[in-house]
Amino acid sequence: MQNGKAKIETKNLDFYYGATHALKNLNLICPEKKVTAIIGPSGCGKSTFIRTLNRMNDVIPGTRVSGEIILDGENIVSPGIDVVELRRRVGMVFQKPNPFPKSIFNNIAYGLRINGLRDHHIITQTVEQSLKHAALWDEVKDRLDENAFALSGGQQQRLCIARALAVEPEVILFDEPCSAIDPIATAKIEDLIHKLKQEYTVVIVTHNMQQAARVSDMTAFLMLGELIEFDNTEKIFTNPSNKLTEDYITGRFG
Amino acid sequence: MSLFESAQEGRGEAILPGPSGFIERAETTGPRRMKKRASSRLKESAIQAFFFANGILAVVVLIGIFGLLLTSAFPAFKEVPIGHFFTSTKWDPTSPVNAEFGILSMMASTLTVTLGALVIAIPIGLGVAAYLSDVAHWRVREIVKPIVEILAAIPSVVVGFLGIVLFGPVIARIFHQSNGLNAVNGSFLLAIMSLPTIISISEDSLNAVPRAYTEASLALGASRWQTLVRVKIPAALSGITASFMLGMGRAIGETMTVLMATGNARSFPHGLLSSIRTMTANIAIELGEVSYFTTHYYALFAIGLVLFLMTFFVNLIADLILHKYQEREQ
Amino acid sequence: MKKKIFQLIGFFILRACLYIVLAILLLFLYDVIHKGAGAISWEFLTKAPRRGMTQGGIFPAIFGTFLVTLITALCAVPLGMFTAIYLNEYATQNRLTRLIRLSIRNLSGVPSIVYGLFGVILFVNLLKFGTSILSAGLTLGLLTLPWTITASEEALKTVPNSYREGALALGATKWQSIRTNVLPYAVPGMLTGTVLGLARAAGETAPIMFTGAAFYLPMLPRSLKDQFMALPYHLYIMATQHHEITAVRPLAYGTALVLICLVLGMNMAAVVIRYRLRKKRRS
Repeated sequence: MQNGKAKIETKNLDFYYGATHALKNLNLICPEKKVTAIIGPSGCGKSTFIRTLNRMNDVIPGTRVSGEIILDGENIVSPGIDVVELRRRVGMVFQKPNPFPKSIFNNIAYGLRINGLRDHHIITQTVEQSLKHAALWDEVKDRLDENAFALSGGQQQRLCIARALAVEPEVILFDEPCSAIDPIATAKIEDLIHKLKQEYTVVIVTHNMQQAARVSDMTAFLMLGELIEFDNTEKIFTNPSNKLTEDYITGRFG
Repeated sequence: MSLFESAQEGRGEAILPGPSGFIERAETTGPRRMKKRASSRLKESAIQAFFFANGILAVVVLIGIFGLLLTSAFPAFKEVPIGHFFTSTKWDPTSPVNAEFGILSMMASTLTVTLGALVIAIPIGLGVAAYLSDVAHWRVREIVKPIVEILAAIPSVVVGFLGIVLFGPVIARIFHQSNGLNAVNGSFLLAIMSLPTIISISEDSLNAVPRAYTEASLALGASRWQTLVRVKIPAALSGITASFMLGMGRAIGETMTVLMATGNARSFPHGLLSSIRTMTANIAIELGEVSYFTTHYYALFAIGLVLFLMTFFVNLIADLILHKYQEREQ
Repeated sequence: MKKKIFQLIGFFILRACLYIVLAILLLFLYDVIHKGAGAISWEFLTKAPRRGMTQGGIFPAIFGTFLVTLITALCAVPLGMFTAIYLNEYATQNRLTRLIRLSIRNLSGVPSIVYGLFGVILFVNLLKFGTSILSAGLTLGLLTLPWTITASEEALKTVPNSYREGALALGATKWQSIRTNVLPYAVPGMLTGTVLGLARAAGETAPIMFTGAAFYLPMLPRSLKDQFMALPYHLYIMATQHHEITAVRPLAYGTALVLICLVLGMNMAAVVIRYRLRKKRRS
């Protein structure tokens, strides 16, 4: 798997919801500036996994992590880590678009303001840049003061992407970003992801195998909390090494 | 014809095979069954009407209170011009020479002590609510919530009593007054009585903020505090505002606490340390001694009417805010 | 770093707010218990007052409070339950129902002295019950009504719809299904909530001040048309209008303690019942 250096590497990662052992001994590498897709049947732990990468599971009471998650050489699971700063560096786009009940402008400006940016001029510029980056600028440039909920589902999701981009993360996590959106908007977001990987490391969870095949460089197949196979996307989808992978890809289950 | 058809035609009897093989005669008859249904339907309607009557009881009582207050207050305005009633600061109903019926001083007193209460109760109440919803461990919440309920359960007369015996001397000492029965004391006590309302409704509102907003904020690298202040509280603002209004309504309508702890001087409030008499206290003081059906008597009911309308509107506004808020969330 | 500092300060302020509230409550309870416990004795609880209330006990006040709360319960509990049954079982979501609910919420916000005024007009004068346990109890009953309605409705809501539908599917009428399949499961919860409302009523002074409560009566009330002594009113007079205020202060504290114990005791009973009910339902 010579795909450049590892941006994120998990070592013997175990995760527990209370007594339930949700992730079992995962060893995975998300290479820098590449798109890594996580696929698998419902309940296999994909969302749980991706949420460990920015320690989003911390908000759920009763969860426990063991093992290591290394981001640029640092283990982010260790207690001394500043989780708040981690989450700025590792951004997340959620399954259901979740804009704030604020204006389009303020949705994006929020991330900037909480990170200390005050200069209105710079904020305005950054908002514009982020919206352009997320391929949403042309559609909303005349109505930045409108409430974010006035946008369509696909637009809201791109707004959430723009919002995540505004705080200049290094990694962007996508947790089934298109499952609540129509196919045309989905195509736009997939194009976006393709462009994003030039600057960011992307990890995407998807239950849509064709999407994984279209969009990613590496693919990891999870089942029941275990990593079954992890390889270049092309290999996984044309000539998987593991029989379970093959069964899943060909639709025999899941 | 089949058994079924004969039964449909109401033909008296049908013959059904019984369980142990011998034939039983069962009366499945049409008309008889319908008669039963009619009488039981009548009974059901009567029962439903009974419950309906109970259902509108609340409306009837509310209108009744308003109506009776209005009719009892009305005669007062034959003697006292309405403008004078609301704008004069002199309330001196028992003066033999020139009886005065101006409630402005009392209204100002009520407002003074209410605002004073809110100034204390709003920040502290919101703080406790935010702490419970966002910071406290769930075990702490389980302990604190019943404690807040205990605070709410203390009868107002006991709170007033403690205002006299506990806070009064302290206030007197701190502010160098001869006694501690004044607006400050009243504000403080009313704040205590409004706190449980503000805390519980604000906390509910904060908890109702969709998790999606919280997660979105955290995912951007915001701290929990930033998320609380910049996302959760603004999102819960209508519920929180409604809690303030309901707390205000409680403060306006509270009787015993202010009666016991604010001094009850009839003058217009001239500062936080002055002895004041609220509308509620005034009624409580004078209703016992007033002769029935005099202007003074009617005037007291007029004050009651004003109180009723004030709390009615405050509660109505709070209700509308909460209602609109709930609709939006759906 | 700056974010962390602000968070530490912010959360500290929030915690301080909580401590303030807890401190006030503790201060209240400590003061009443500390200064009131001395007055509590068997005599205090079971004998009548003597020597102008400077000695003796407060039994008549305890008795009176129980009586008037009983009348309150007889008035507010059934009416509350029936209203709740209408709202939850029969009413449809229309304007009238919204108006009813609005009225209930508004009634709970009406000042207690206004209820007192209403009681004077309606029960004391119009219906000619005079100042009596009956008038006071009915007035308090109206005051408690919003609480019993709300509590009863919540109890009804916890009964699963399948119970109702199961009965209807067997051919029961609506009332039958309510009577046999809903009420038996809802009544315990209804009673719990109403106890909380009654606890509040027991502590109210303003509604009973002019509808029946008296400070000193030579005999216990013998009928519903008699006046009565009551704990909250007793405390009020002892604290503000007694001719020997400082001398009776300990007795006032004792009265306050008894009143608090009564009210908190009722609250705790309701909470315990509610807890046990929830446990039963879960198993």
